[in-house]
Amino acid sequence: MMEFVGHFNYWIVIFLMMLGFYTLIARGNLVKKLVGLNIFQTSVFILFISMGKVEGGTAPILEPGLGPYSNPLPSVLILTAIVVGVATTAVGLALVVRIREAYGSVEEEDIHKQDESF
Amino acid sequence: MDIVLLAFLAATAVAVLRVRSLFAVAMLSGIYSFLSATFFLVMDAVDVSFTEAAVGAGVSTMLMLATLAQVGHEERPKPRGRLLPLLVVGITGAALIYGTLDMPAFGDPDAPIHHHVAPRYLEQSLEATGVPNVVTSVLASYRGYDTLGETTVIFTAGVAVVMLLGLKRRRGKGEEDDHA
Amino acid sequence: MREHLVPRVGTKILVPFILVFALYVQFHGDFGPGGGFQAGVIFAAGIILYTMVFGLGEGRRVVAPRALLTLVPLGVLIYAGVGVVCMLFGGEFLDYSALAHDPRHGQELGILLVELGVGTTVAAVMITIFFAFAGRGE
Repeated sequence: MMEFVGHFNYWIVIFLMMLGFYTLIARGNLVKKLVGLNIFQTSVFILFISMGKVEGGTAPILEPGLGPYSNPLPSVLILTAIVVGVATTAVGLALVVRIREAYGSVEEEDIHKQDESF
Repeated sequence: MDIVLLAFLAATAVAVLRVRSLFAVAMLSGIYSFLSATFFLVMDAVDVSFTEAAVGAGVSTMLMLATLAQVGHEERPKPRGRLLPLLVVGITGAALIYGTLDMPAFGDPDAPIHHHVAPRYLEQSLEATGVPNVVTSVLASYRGYDTLGETTVIFTAGVAVVMLLGLKRRRGKGEEDDHA
Repeated sequence: MREHLVPRVGTKILVPFILVFALYVQFHGDFGPGGGFQAGVIFAAGIILYTMVFGLGEGRRVVAPRALLTLVPLGVLIYAGVGVVCMLFGGEFLDYSALAHDPRHGQELGILLVELGVGTTVAAVMITIFFAFAGRGE
């Protein structure tokens, strides 16, 4: 059962991911869906970063005398991903504002009803 | 320490799922970002922690509040059945957990991720670029092309939002002013 | 927010520090955590804070939308421009070693300029997005 202890971190993060995913697909309010997407994204970042950690390492800023460094590569990738994530969220929220102006509501059911009634 | 943070994160995520007041949801997502920034700090990823705190707990929350001011603050509960989403989520979660069984243990310094390009960056970065912060040197020099693409993505997002919402608003809401 | 004296005074004191801190993070990104993205977001957060407390009109007075529209593509152009200049000096696209008399100084110069471009675009885009959202509700 050594696997269990070493992997427990990852499993909790997967649980977080699934919470965000469930919010995304099971709630009708568009803003809440976007928040769920945001949580999903951030949980993926947590998973990725936790893979780069080295036991007993320090931050990857080189200084003479410091011991093993944690891996900088996941940091770089996630940095890009965070900023792209906020850009996506901003565009999504802008779409929600426009949808509200066009349909009068941001609940998924109302929007479907209005679409089907054509 | 990380288990405690993860537990808080899980509690916050569950709250986002259940709470109906959207203002509270926006605040909770800010808290979620802040907690994950702390987690990144514990994982030695200081640049990422910095960025996540500024972006997630700052800008993201501000944007959500700005949206809520125009969209309405309460979520209507859905009477529809919950079986299908639960099933999808359960299958996905099980598949992911099955995938992690092959992964090296948490914090293991012998993991394959640490053996290919990373040691080269860590050893040669100071000499080749004169910059102690390895994350910056990798981001701007070793992987500079990707960062150019990322900046373009941010630029595109700005353009998209301006096209959708317009930058200048004079008088009256009847005008469709989509060009800045 | 005319009646709320504490946020007004507090913001007036805090915002210059926030902006200077953003500049510090931008230029110190080589030696500690930081760099273009963080600096851009912090700068934008300072301006957004000022706009939230004093109103959109004041915010537009401080940062003209016309200036924003120029700054947004300028950062991307700086980044790509550095790459092209490297090509003109004989190296490949974004090969900073060609920028100065020896490769190491070329790398430092290239990284500095490139992070500056990134910071500019990120700050300008964040402020622009906030102004767009706030302007829609008027």
